[in-house]
Amino acid sequence: MAKETGVLKEACVVIDAEECKACYLCVHHCPQQVIEVSEGINRKGFHPARYKGTGCTGCGICFYACPEPSAITVYRKGAVKQ
Amino acid sequence: MASKILKKPDSFFESFSRRSGPDKVSTHYCPGCGHGVLHKLIAEAADDLGIQDRCVFINPVGCSVFAYFYLDFGNIQVAHGRAPAVATAVKRVHPHAIVISYQGDGDLAAIGGNNILQAANRGENITVFFVNNAIYGMTGGQLAPTSLIGQRTATTPRGRSAENDGYPMRVCELLATLEGPTYIERTSLRTPKLTQKTRKAIRKALQYQMENRGFSLVEILSPCPTGWKVDPVKSLDWMEQQLEAYFQLGVFKDVGDERPAKADPERDLWSANYGTAIDLPTDLDAKLPEASPAPKYRNPSLKIAGFGGQGVLLLGYTLAEAGMLSGYHVTWIPSYGPEMRGGTANCQVGISEERIGSPIVSNPSVLIATNLPSMDRFEPEIREGGLLLYDRSLIDRKPNRTDIESIAIPATSVADELGNSRAANMVMLGAYIGKTGLLSRESVMEALDLVIKRKNLIDLNIKAIDKGIEYGRGAR
Ligand SMILES: Cc1ncc(C[n+]2csc(CCOP(=O)(O)OP(=O)(O)O)c2C)c(N)n1
Ligand code: SF4
Ligand code: SF4
Ligand code: SF4
Repeated sequence: MAKETGVLKEACVVIDAEECKACYLCVHHCPQQVIEVSEGINRKGFHPARYKGTGCTGCGICFYACPEPSAITVYRKGAVKQ
Repeated sequence: MASKILKKPDSFFESFSRRSGPDKVSTHYCPGCGHGVLHKLIAEAADDLGIQDRCVFINPVGCSVFAYFYLDFGNIQVAHGRAPAVATAVKRVHPHAIVISYQGDGDLAAIGGNNILQAANRGENITVFFVNNAIYGMTGGQLAPTSLIGQRTATTPRGRSAENDGYPMRVCELLATLEGPTYIERTSLRTPKLTQKTRKAIRKALQYQMENRGFSLVEILSPCPTGWKVDPVKSLDWMEQQLEAYFQLGVFKDVGDERPAKADPERDLWSANYGTAIDLPTDLDAKLPEASPAPKYRNPSLKIAGFGGQGVLLLGYTLAEAGMLSGYHVTWIPSYGPEMRGGTANCQVGISEERIGSPIVSNPSVLIATNLPSMDRFEPEIREGGLLLYDRSLIDRKPNRTDIESIAIPATSVADELGNSRAANMVMLGAYIGKTGLLSRESVMEALDLVIKRKNLIDLNIKAIDKGIEYGRGAR
């Protein structure tokens, strides 16, 4: 996967598939419904949540719903992503 | 400026290296567990308030017992339900610390019920985060004081019944009746909006502590999908329909304005002005013994044991007092048998040239035994090369140990001759200082004046001590 860098023109969410425990609270709460359940299985044995790729507004709701410290990172518009 | 990136807060450890096993990134919490969300909110608040280095987090017993794997604060893990007591101690010794008592409903409302009540009533300047998931999570889903009527748990398989199990306990409402607390609110993690309210409440509670406004408690209704036996998303329905219906959300008390912000107390035992906070005696040299004690007698850890009523606690207390008057660091812990008289009693005393880390004496360097059961019990615990003093008027056996120094003092007979056998304890005390030279006679006399309430007994005690000193010196 190509790494995006630089100043973001659009918000986005990054979900670490290996850190996801598949509670799907993020899927449930995302007002834009831009998070889905992926078919693949991670090393913990879960189908992790996955960003659909567009439509995130950077509201942060999924970040505060997720119990895992490093599963979700939300980049708001204008954020500098490395 | 609102942060452009929402990511794992800095107040988490970068790597959870305290976790056993290969995974050093995830928590041990179940999918959808409220503890994880709360940890995140607390860590983020500590980042934003700039208090990470000041936070002392009291880890309870419960699923969050290992919060110290994750949160990069000062951490203490404490006995079940005792977090408010330990938080109190930490806060009073370190007024500058931000002390967080983090507790589940089993921990806070069941086994620790009185602890939280007393801390709240004292208005301790601490912050309590009370995680109400209406169940004992860690032990496999037993009934908690907060479990709802009808709720099926491992210990109420047919559902909680009021007749048999009582009613669910509303902790916020209960504590809000007290004068002591400053701020009490109940929030929930059910929806994004409520989570934001929780986030605010956490910050407010910490802010109040930073401003020394007193006791805050935030109760957080928090999902335990495993204990409730539902999937995480379904758990939200149960929270809405059942939990929040019984546990009303809102602020139950907020008198922050009436308890105005105060500056940090000056006296922080560990801060630079420690020396001025506690004045050491200035005429220190005058009270030190004529000859300094032999190295093996310096910095002793003593156990003093006998029957209740023999005055072993007073003996230890007098030694500690004299030690303090001489400028030593001292500790004294009494331990009583269940009976006031006739039972066994002992105390542990530390007298040290340096600060004493723990007052517990499990292997004494000195044992003073005034009856046979005490000698039987504690002789094996004496450190190699240690010292045993025993009352040979009452103990008719010789010590078994050959790797220690031992002295037999006819203390009770001597005291009898002086007119009162109960002064035997002071004969033993005299013998100890006579033998070791650790404390001067003057410091002991001064201590005696402070600890003996009935002044007509002082004369007798002085005579007893002097007799003891003779025996002790004789045994040098
Ligand atoms: C003195 C003592 N008694 C009982 C236990 C067993 N025990 C461990 S956790 C727990 C209850 C935890 O429930 P709660 O405080 O609600 O926390 P949760 O696990 O739900 O987060 C009990 C009873 C213990 N560890 N120590
Ligand atoms: S930040 Fe908001 S919009 Fe973006 S994925 Fe998360 S919840 Fe959805
Ligand atoms: S909230 Fe976190 S753990 Fe739960 S599904 Fe989403 S990313 Fe995974
Ligand atoms: S048992 Fe409940 S409280 Fe404990 S980790 Fe699992 S979900 Fe959380």
